[in-house]
This record gives sequence, C-alpha cells and structure tokens, in this order.
Amino acid sequence: MPHASLARQITDFGNRANPYPLYAELRRTPVLHEEEDGPYLISSYYDIEALLHDPRISSDATNLAAAGADGAGEPEETGGLPPSFLRLDPPEHDRLRRIANTGFGPPHRPRRIEGMRGAMREIVTELIDGFGDARQVDLVDQFAYPFPVTVICRLLGVPREDEPTFRTWVDPLVASLDPEKRPGGAQEAEYRQSAQEARMRLGMYLSGLVEERAREPRDDLLSDLVNSRGPDGSMTMMEVLSTSVLLLIAGHETTVNLITNGMLTLLRHPEVLGRLREDPGLSVSIVEELLRYEPPVQLVPQRTCITDIEVRGVTIPKGSRIWLMLAAGNRDPERFEDPDRFDPDRGDIQHLGFGSGIHSCFGAPLARLETQIALSELARRLENPRLVEDPPPYRENAVLRGPRHLDVAFDGVR
Amino acid sequence: MSADHLERLRREGRIVIVGASLAGLRAAETLRAEGFAGDLTLIGDEPHEPYDRPPLSKSALLGMASPLRTQLPRRREIDAKWRLGVAATGLDLAAKRVRLADGDEVEYDRLLIATGVRARPWFKEEEARLDGVCVLRTREDAADLVRRLRAGPRRVFVIGAGFAGSEVASACRELGLPVSMAERAGAPLVGALGGVIGSVAADLATEHGVDLRTHVTVTALEGDTVGRVRAVHLSDESVVEADVVVVSLGSLRNTEWLTGSGLGAGPRGVACDAGCRAFDFRGIVTDDVFVAGDVARSPHALFGYQFLSLEHWGNAVAQAETAAHNMICDGADRRPHLWMPAFWSSMFGVNIKSVGVPPMGEHLMITQGSLAERRFTGVYGHQGRVVAAVTFDNARWLEFYQRQIERGAPFPVEFPTLDRRPEGRQPVPAGFPDPSLPTHGPMVTLSGYSPADQQLVFHPSRH
Ligand SMILES: Cc1cc2nc3c(=O)[nH]c(=O)nc-3n(C[C@H](O)[C@H](O)[C@H](O)COP(=O)(O)OP(=O)(O)OC[C@H]3O[C@@H](n4cnc5c(N)ncnc54)[C@H](O)[C@@H]3O)c2cc1C
Ligand code: HEM
Repeated sequence: MPHASLARQITDFGNRANPYPLYAELRRTPVLHEEEDGPYLISSYYDIEALLHDPRISSDATNLAAAGADGAGEPEETGGLPPSFLRLDPPEHDRLRRIANTGFGPPHRPRRIEGMRGAMREIVTELIDGFGDARQVDLVDQFAYPFPVTVICRLLGVPREDEPTFRTWVDPLVASLDPEKRPGGAQEAEYRQSAQEARMRLGMYLSGLVEERAREPRDDLLSDLVNSRGPDGSMTMMEVLSTSVLLLIAGHETTVNLITNGMLTLLRHPEVLGRLREDPGLSVSIVEELLRYEPPVQLVPQRTCITDIEVRGVTIPKGSRIWLMLAAGNRDPERFEDPDRFDPDRGDIQHLGFGSGIHSCFGAPLARLETQIALSELARRLENPRLVEDPPPYRENAVLRGPRHLDVAFDGVR
Repeated sequence: MSADHLERLRREGRIVIVGASLAGLRAAETLRAEGFAGDLTLIGDEPHEPYDRPPLSKSALLGMASPLRTQLPRRREIDAKWRLGVAATGLDLAAKRVRLADGDEVEYDRLLIATGVRARPWFKEEEARLDGVCVLRTREDAADLVRRLRAGPRRVFVIGAGFAGSEVASACRELGLPVSMAERAGAPLVGALGGVIGSVAADLATEHGVDLRTHVTVTALEGDTVGRVRAVHLSDESVVEADVVVVSLGSLRNTEWLTGSGLGAGPRGVACDAGCRAFDFRGIVTDDVFVAGDVARSPHALFGYQFLSLEHWGNAVAQAETAAHNMICDGADRRPHLWMPAFWSSMFGVNIKSVGVPPMGEHLMITQGSLAERRFTGVYGHQGRVVAAVTFDNARWLEFYQRQIERGAPFPVEFPTLDRRPEGRQPVPAGFPDPSLPTHGPMVTLSGYSPADQQLVFHPSRH
C-alpha cells in the first residue's frame, strides 16, 4: 500500500508485529494530519506530555466536532450507562476518580494492592504448576490472560466462575477501543449496536453484584464503590456500574499484553532474562523499561481540543480528533538516548506507558506489581525457555497491542 | 582568563564554600561531578552535616520523622574539608581570604556564598528569651518545638500566617492542640499569594479549628514569674493565654559577615548577575565570588530583569548547580540561572503549589475549579502577561501554566479551559497588600533593578 496514509498503515494489521519504524517516520512530522476529518497524530515525547497536561484538551466525546454528526458519543460509552471517568473531564472526572480511589489506594485503603501480593504469588504458582509435564505452552491463554483476570475479579469481588460469561461482552468492548476497527457505512450501525449491547449486558450483570454489596458489604472494591460516603458524596448506581465496567475492562486486556510483551522481549534479550532469574528485584526496572519499549497501550485515540490550539506551529481546530502516540513518544530520541534499545539499566525511564496528567493510569500500582511477579516467576521457574515463533501472531487491536498467542518451549519447570 | 589558568584552577585551585546546607552541598557535588580536582572547603556555622529543612515544619512536627534525621541524601563523594560549627566572620576581597570565628583564615581562588537566611526573631529581645517562645529554621529549633508540642501545651500561638506559620498551625491541629494564629494582613498567605487566595487559606484554617486573628499585630509577650511565656497581647487589646509561641515573621539574610567587604550585600541579600557572580557595592560584577540559594538576589529575564530573592528549595539546588558550573568555566561555557520559581507546601490536607512570581501579579483569574471547593488553579497577570500560577489540589495542570509564563502568554486568559466556572471568566484584583509595606514570608521578593543594596526600602517595582 504505497499511498496509504501513515495513520492507516499504523492501524493496518500487517504492521502489528513491528510498528516502530512507522512511528519513527511519524515523528518526522510531529503533528501529522493526513486526511480531512482525520485525526491529528502527535508523536513527539514532549508534545504528548504537554498535551496530557493541557487544560484545553478534553477526553469527553461530546466535545468532538464529529460527535454532533454521529448523534451520539463513542459506542463503548453508551449502552445505557453514563460515560466512565476515562471519558469525562473535570470536575466530574476528578470526583469519580477520587471516590473510586477510596476503595483502591491510600489514604483509605493503603494496603489493598500490596496486600494482594501473597494472593498474586499463589495464582502465579498455580498457573505455572498447571503447565504440568508440557514442554510447550501458549503463554497468553495459559498464563498472561488468566492471571490478571483472576486478580481483577478478586479485587472487585466478581466471581471468577462467571468469567466465561462476561468475556463474551468484554471482547467486543475492547475491540471497540480500536479506532480503525469501526467499519463505517452499513456495518457501522451493527458494530455499534453490538458494542452497546455488550456494555449494557455487562452493566446488568454487574448491577446484580452491586446490589448485593449495597445490602451486604464485603472486603472488596465493588462494596467500597457502592458504599463510599466521603467528602465527595457517593456515586449513583449508574456511576458505580460505569466505573466497575471500566475497571473490569481496563484490568483485563492491558496487563495481559504487558506480561506477554514482557516475556517476548525477555526471550529476545536472553542476557536480561538471565539476570532476572538471579535477581527478582530487577523486575522493577524491567517492567518500567517494558512500559517504555513495548507499551500495551500504544496510543490514546480519544482526545479532542475545546478550542483551537497550536502545536509546533500547526493549528488544530476545536473539536478535532487527537491521537497521542504514546509508543512513538516512548522512543523519541529527543527524550531517550538510544531509544530502540531495550535497556532496563537506563537511569531515567519516565515513560508514557501509563499516560500522564489527570487520566494517568488508575490501575498502575496493580499492573506493576502483577507484571513484576509474573515475569520474575516465569524467569525463575522455566528451564531454558525459547520462542517457538518470532514474531508471534498478534491481536487485531492497534491500540491495545500484543500477541494473541505466545508459544514458548522449555525443558522443564522448576 | 587564559585556558591555562582555568585548567590549573580545575586541577589544583582552591574553592571555598561558605554555608554548608542545601545550596552549599549541591554546589560541592556539582563541582566534583564536573571535574574539579582541587581543594574544596565547606564552612558552616551549624555543627551538622547538611540537612533538609522542609520536613521540619511538616512531617517532623507530626512525629512522622525525627527532626534530627533529615540529612540531605548525598549525590556523590565530594572529598572536601569540612569546617563545621565555625562561622565565617569576614571577607577580604583583595586578598581573597575568608576570616573565621576561631581566628583562622582560609584563602580561595573561587568563593561561593551560600549562607542562606535565618528566622527573624521576636523584636523585643527580652520577650524573645522567655521560655516557650520559639522560631523554626534549624534542626535544633524543630527538635525543641517538637518536644514542646509533645508535652501537650494548653495553647500554641503562631505569630505570622505565612507558609511556615500556617504549616505549624496545621500540624498543631493535626496533633489535636488548640492553636491561635495572628496575622497583620487580612488573611494567611497574603504576602505570597494575595488576598483572594488568602481568604481560601483563612477558611481552611478556621474550618480546621485554628483560632485565626487577622488585621492584628502582636504587641507584647507576657511571661510568668519564672520566665515562661504565658500570654500574648494583641493590638486589638485582646489577650490570649498560650504556653508555646511560634514566631514566624519571615527571615533575615545572613549577610552581616560581609559588611565592609565591598560586596553588594545587605539586608536584601547578595546581588549577583544571571551567572551567579556577585556584584560589588558599586554594581560591578566580580569574577571570583559567586552566590547561590536563599541569600542570593539575581535578575530574572522572565520578570523584567528585576532582582528576585527566592526562598525556595528548588531554586537553591538549581542556582547552586549553575554557580558551581560557572565557577570552573569560562566565557561561552557559562550558563545563566533561569530557574522558574516554583514552590510547594501542604497544610490542612491541601497540597499547594505555585510557579512564577505571584506577588508580581495585580490580577488573578481562577481558570479551573473553584475557590469554594478549595480545588482550583489561579493565574496571575501583570501588564497583560501571565506571570504566575497557583494550584490548590490541582497540581497536575501546573506544568501547562509554567509554559504560559515562559512564553509570556497574554493575560487575561481568553481561551476556554476544562472546568472553568462562571467565577473564572473575569480577572479580579489579586489583593496583594501595598507593596511598600513589608509583609513577612512572601518567599519571593522582587527588589527592583539596583544591584547595590544601600537602602533598606522594600519596593517591588511595578511599572
Ligand atoms: C521550616 C521550613 C520549611 C520549609 N519548607 C519549604 C517548602 O515546603 N518548599 C520550599 O520550596 N522551600 C521550603 N523551605 C525553604 C528551603 O528550606 C530553603 O530554600 C533552603 O534551605 C535554602 O537553602 P540554602 O542552602 O540557600 O540556605 P540555608 O538552608 O539557610 O543554609 C545556609 C547555611 O549557612 C549557614 N551560615 C549562615 N551564616 C553563616 C556564616 N557566616 N558562616 C558559616 N555558615 C553560615 C547557616 O547556618 C545554614 O546552615 C523551608 C524552610 C524552612 C526553614
Ligand atoms: C500494564 C497495564 C496497563 C497499562 C499499560 C495501562 C495504561 C493506561 C493508560 C495509557 C491510561 C490513560 C488513558 C488516557 O489518558 O485516556 C490508563 C487509564 C486508566 N487505567 Fe490503565 N493501564 C494498565 C492497567 C490497568 C489496570 C490493571 C487497571 C484497573 C485496575 C487500569 C485502570 C485504568 C483506569 C480506570 C484508567 C482511567 C483513568 C482516568 O481516566 O482517570 N489500568 N491506563
């Protein structure tokens, strides 16, 4: 496709395994606008960082010029539920995020994440034990997917047994995050309807649990969400549902990809894998470098500006779609020395993998801890692990990018 | 200076740093990091190795950290001669010698002045000596205050509601101690942030149970028969019983030791150029004496080249690094100190940050959030330009406003911003007190254009 726009090449499935050369090309035009009504792609580290802290940039879909034409917001934010705080601006965003945080971290629940360390280790141990006598596994299906899903279910208080049921609703929602998966035309309506329906069903499923927790609180996040009565008041039932859907989805796909990208990268850099085997403490800086080098969220496609703004001399008109290319910024040579090298020892790894500013990843402490444990245990227990196929097959999604399968062969399990 | 000479300085020169605290230490580390291999001497009148002060009015008062354990982390070995517990008492510019209190003299090729500031004491000496009358600047001050707060005083009285005083009052409330705070202006933080923001700080303090008294001054401290403070007398004739009094009336620059040296040093600090080189009293720049930290006043390009004195932690670090670099470089290799003033504080559960020079602003606009919710961003304007911003629990936006200041963006802020409320559509007067009156603890002081410091008038000029 010699004439395809860069944006289309990036979302094109054929380039999923290695989009980084495209990002390098992209950075040569740090503010790229290729098609009328198309997005503005921002790819340099400092511009992305600046826009993530810019009070003229909105996450609210109703501020998109296109929103009026669409007649509705983004599909993943409808389905009868109000938008989650991911897609809201201050002050609503701040209020909901603060209330959600009372169930998640300091000062109210300082030990909720750290307190799961033991449970996380157990889950990881069970999963690896489960490899049994196999000498080859699909790391995605047998490890990287079940682990964070089990954790987020336990954290929220969602029965793990129900996972196969709600997975059928989660998948279309995750797919809808991919901007280029929107077919347009006649299929668009169908596509949108399926995402809306998935969201509604997931909401209905969760509402049963939430009602239970309202009557009978337990030690879980759902209970805290529905029962919180702080200085910010409490969430309405609909807000509780939107927030739980958000947490369930965000806690699903992203960490899977970080663990899988992580193992893939380590297998491509055996010397680092060897060091990790000797020193599990290295997992902290490995995870940070992974979030820079192979970030699971490659771009944030859901920003717009509430007024005309100027970036590097280019005027972005009010209401335009703005794509913040996190993965491109993470490899910006203006910011990182030798950016295409995977180097956990670089002193300064201020990556954009979790975003930045007020929407910076809410689940970051959880995702970090999960991935640190997962990678150090895999390194410790798998004897002589090897990649079976390089590159592995990828998922469709260009935003939440990661391998669909990762076949790993090894000589045994310690 | 010839390249030869500079090479010799870097290899075997003698560098003396007076003031062994934050700025002094960071300068020493930078000198070594940049390859200075000669003799390095640090002179400090405190008997301790460099320690950090901000925790002294925050975690230390709450008992979360010992005031005796706030040593500054070391970035690297500095291989220096330490002369601790001995003050510098004089400077002979011609002979390039520093005189010490113990009679010793130390010669230098390059000198860095980093003697900082000290707490302004209560103005009546006899009352200041009463048991229970405290200031807060040093580790000993903090340890003493912590001990007194632990003893469960019936009431603490804070004189002066600047940042330091307000932080002390906040800590007292967190400890459950009754506390009164007196302020000459109409609200806390007025000198630093103006009256509009000050009134938010006033509400915060009052809601947290501080007995706040504004538009008053303390006229006398009353002691009991054994010399302990027992009451505070105010200009409105009221009398408040208190057994701990914290005097928080700003600071005095430690420049007395430079009197008669011929440097442009005085009560407003030591004037230096953008390269941190000290001016002499005639306004001529020296080439071997440098200044950094709280004691320095230096011109800033972003603020009309007025001399700025900044009592900010971050400034002390940045200026020390620049001064150190310039001390062992020449001409084109030298760098200007262009640090954007930035300050943080926390009190009554609120995180306060500012960038730029708020007292320079005549007008204020609340561009995000709302004063009533105590969660907002305020932008200060001067002559049609953005010159400063402050956030209460809204720090994530500050970076944006910093760039607005750097590029001299127009004020009022015409473009829409997220979470703009009706109250934020128009600028309002920021409410700084008459600039010709001294306010304590503004933390940023604009002191005009003259490098010489012969007169003692406080006049941030506003053209
Ligand atoms: C309680 C408290 C809370 C603070 N909180 C904050 C905050 O939240 N945020 C912020 O940005 N800043 C804060 N600050 C300010 C910050 O601590 C200062 O900006 C910083 O300490 C300046 O460092 P300096 O090295 O320039 O000066 P100083 O730390 O004052 O050091 C100067 C040193 O020189 C010594 N000295 C003086 N005269 C002589 C002499 N003649 N001979 C030898 N030695 C001498 C002094 O004893 C002292 O040790 C706070 C300060 C205090 C006291
Ligand atoms: C490695 C794993 C993860 C990565 C790389 C990641 C990445 C991100 C990024 C880039 C954003 C910013 C989106 C934006 O700016 O619009 C974000 C937001 C968010 N993430 Fe994550 N995430 C991960 C795991 C998780 C987990 C496990 C959870 C849930 C527990 C979670 C919950 C959230 C939420 C709720 C937001 C929205 C925050 C807001 O809008 O204020 N994330 N994440």
